[in-house]
Amino acid sequence: MNIIVCIKQVPNTTDVKIDPATNTLVRDGVESVINPFDAYAIEEAVRLKEKVGGKVTAVTMGPPQAEKALRDAIALGCDEGVLVSDRKFAGSDTWATSYTLSAAIEKIGDYGVIVCGKQASDGDTAQVGPGISAHLDIPQVTYVRKIREINEKTAVVERMTEEGFDVVETPLPCLFTVVKEINTPRMPSIKGMMRAKSAKISKWTAADIDADPAALGLDGSPTRVVKIFTPEPRKGGEMISGSAGDVAKELAELLKGEVV
Amino acid sequence: MDYFLNEQQVMVRDLARRIAREKIAPVAAQYDESEEFAWPIMKVLAESDLFGIYIPEQYGGLGGGILDMCVVTEELSRACGAIALGYASSALGALPILLTGSEEQKKKYLPEIAGGRKLAAFCLTEAGAGSDATAIQTTARKEGDKYILNGTKQWITNAGEAEIYTVIAMTDRKKGVRGASAFIVEKGTKGMEFGKKEKKMGIRASATREVIFTDCEVPAANLLSREGMGFIAALKTLDTSRPGVAAQAVGMAQGAFDHALEYARTRVQFGQPVTGFQAVQHMIADMGTQIEAARALTYAVARMVDSGAKSISRESAMSKLFASDMAMKVTTDAVQLMGGYGYMRDYPVEKFMRDAKITQIYEGTNQIQRNVIAANLIKESLQKD
Repeated sequence: MNIIVCIKQVPNTTDVKIDPATNTLVRDGVESVINPFDAYAIEEAVRLKEKVGGKVTAVTMGPPQAEKALRDAIALGCDEGVLVSDRKFAGSDTWATSYTLSAAIEKIGDYGVIVCGKQASDGDTAQVGPGISAHLDIPQVTYVRKIREINEKTAVVERMTEEGFDVVETPLPCLFTVVKEINTPRMPSIKGMMRAKSAKISKWTAADIDADPAALGLDGSPTRVVKIFTPEPRKGGEMISGSAGDVAKELAELLKGEVV
Repeated sequence: MDYFLNEQQVMVRDLARRIAREKIAPVAAQYDESEEFAWPIMKVLAESDLFGIYIPEQYGGLGGGILDMCVVTEELSRACGAIALGYASSALGALPILLTGSEEQKKKYLPEIAGGRKLAAFCLTEAGAGSDATAIQTTARKEGDKYILNGTKQWITNAGEAEIYTVIAMTDRKKGVRGASAFIVEKGTKGMEFGKKEKKMGIRASATREVIFTDCEVPAANLLSREGMGFIAALKTLDTSRPGVAAQAVGMAQGAFDHALEYARTRVQFGQPVTGFQAVQHMIADMGTQIEAARALTYAVARMVDSGAKSISRESAMSKLFASDMAMKVTTDAVQLMGGYGYMRDYPVEKFMRDAKITQIYEGTNQIQRNVIAANLIKESLQKD
């Protein structure tokens, strides 16, 4: 079974700065890495391959330097990498991004499972995975924490919920987004790193994936980011000090004056 | 300092450093306390291909050399010298096969070791044969197409955990040094047992046990080289492996130094960080310089080994002697730099000091290293006359 894993290159920090003029991320001087959530997707895809055979193709949409993320994915056990890169993709929202990726996936063709991380650490939308399945018109299971059974036609997986988990049976092909509970990603291997260095990465433009030009990039994006801002930090609470009796009395007075 | 490592060496260094930081450092104290063998870490090292870096490609390795092995050992030792020893000792057990084994023996055993699927161990020391390795009592008697081994090996690193053992035993006691032979013995061979796990001062996560042979039948095909070559195999092995001990010592010293320096930068006394005091600054300068000198010697010797140089005893002994004495001094100073906190088990530095001590003792005590170095120097001087 061929498996596709969608990954994103993100800045390696949780406190990235935002350019207030353009409302976009300031990427200068910040190392780029594979989105941490996607590491679980890669690991699960590679484990699936080790279990049922086939090959794993890592796909990313991004600038030319996102090629490094694909090579890192190959070092972790993926077989091939596809970089979908074109200036026409600039400014894509989650709709346009998932459309673009789905077009690339259709070009790859012949897949049983698509695995995505549950969300990216920079945008945090968790929409691209489900978006891809919608564009491809295949079933999706989000927040997968375990793949119980899988064969050529169906899979039984556990979907994490706030209270516990659902057991979902789905026909294939199917898209899963996975949570970190699903596995512990392995370290890269030296042989994998060497293979990654010489591996050929396919580079596809908008024309290569036969995409509708009107559905790409900023023009193809129905949403607009109007403003990104840092919420004001919560102010510290009020401290009441003194003897236990005085404190209790003052607190009671304060509470009376508020909601109670 | 830039040691002009090649591309593969930089790759393995960075990967080993990452494994040390992310996987070993968080559990080092826990394994020291429990004295368990760190199998989960060995699995990570195996999956990362690090066990095979010094083994030729035709035997499933990556074709690097002793320098590659030293670089990995050093990086792992920065987090835990005991866990690093599980790795390095497998190399010690593999070296007799690599250096003196037949093509069949190499093909059979090295890929398993290179893939980390099996660990190896080297069995030389006995209760009455420490520095005087020629005093070994373990015997191997040939009977048909088998050798019958009898005797007890002591303080064998990785014993019980490893699957492949290279064992030195006497095939002809009358011949003395020329009467020893080397064998490959697989775990599970009838007549091979392990003693209880030793309780040690340091390197507590490393498994140290007796290996006991009682009428243990080993196929004659497992004889390495030929009868009488056992001590030559052992000496060649130790000459080749000693830079690895030096690298372990350098790594532990660096690990202790990193912690102590970070602590000293933030420890405020008399209204300023203690790094503001010249007494502390001079300690930092000395420690950093000593570590770098030992690393430079270790890498230089490892490169010499990899070049295929024939006579390496002197240089190999020098690297082990200098780096281990350095590690004992630097780790002790690291504890001193941190004062009472350094002495507490809440911080990792006292463990580095306990772990470092063994590097002055095993693979030949530093007194024996000095004998080797002096003998070589005097011999060379005589040859010049």
